[in-house]
Amino acid sequence: MLEIILKIGLVGCSLSSAILLIRVIKGPSVSDRVVALDAMGINLAAITALASMIYHTTAFLDAILLFGILSFIGTVAFSKFLEKGEIIENERRR
Amino acid sequence: MKSNDLILQTTTKIAVFIILLFSLHIFFAGHYYPGGGFVGGLLTSGALVLLLLAFDIKTVANSLPFNFRIMIAIGLLFAIGTGAGALFFNVPFLTHAFDYFNLPLLGKTSLHTAVLFDIGVYLCVVGATMTIIQTIGGSE
Repeated sequence: MLEIILKIGLVGCSLSSAILLIRVIKGPSVSDRVVALDAMGINLAAITALASMIYHTTAFLDAILLFGILSFIGTVAFSKFLEKGEIIENERRR
Repeated sequence: MKSNDLILQTTTKIAVFIILLFSLHIFFAGHYYPGGGFVGGLLTSGALVLLLLAFDIKTVANSLPFNFRIMIAIGLLFAIGTGAGALFFNVPFLTHAFDYFNLPLLGKTSLHTAVLFDIGVYLCVVGATMTIIQTIGGSE
């Protein structure tokens, strides 16, 4: 029973990732693509969690947290590039 | 237009400690669970990159006064030191040893010389990543 529910969940997450991929490919602006990629990272974390439940292992739990952290850092870096034009400043401009 | 990074800076001040703690956990769990020096070092440099994003290079260099190039050298010294230490006991190069000790707070713990080698890997990864990022990011 649980197997079937987990597989339905996997299909749902994959479908939502596929729909997000459409937004990444034909997003009108760059910001749409960044937000879609961020949501795809979170979807990847969900897929990893479901897969680790299917495989009956806890070895992927660190990877889930890692996905969250890397997705956050990547999104912050890209939004700072869109906002200020440079990612790491030498000195803070007031 | 005047920009204000208050939300990013406040989030960073909290998230950096969580990421650093997680990287230390991954580093020390590496012998029995997935993880180890490489992933731990990359995650630590990820936390430092988040600091660089929220603040600037000068502030981070003032609050963390490390020379990351010397850190690479110290890491290589750790790695080669644990390798050469085996030669003193008449065993081949890079032979590791372990034993069980009763530490005051942790109880029975197995201390392994592979941890020292892993510290070398960790310092090398952090130093190399931060040197690359600071060199590329700091150029005008």
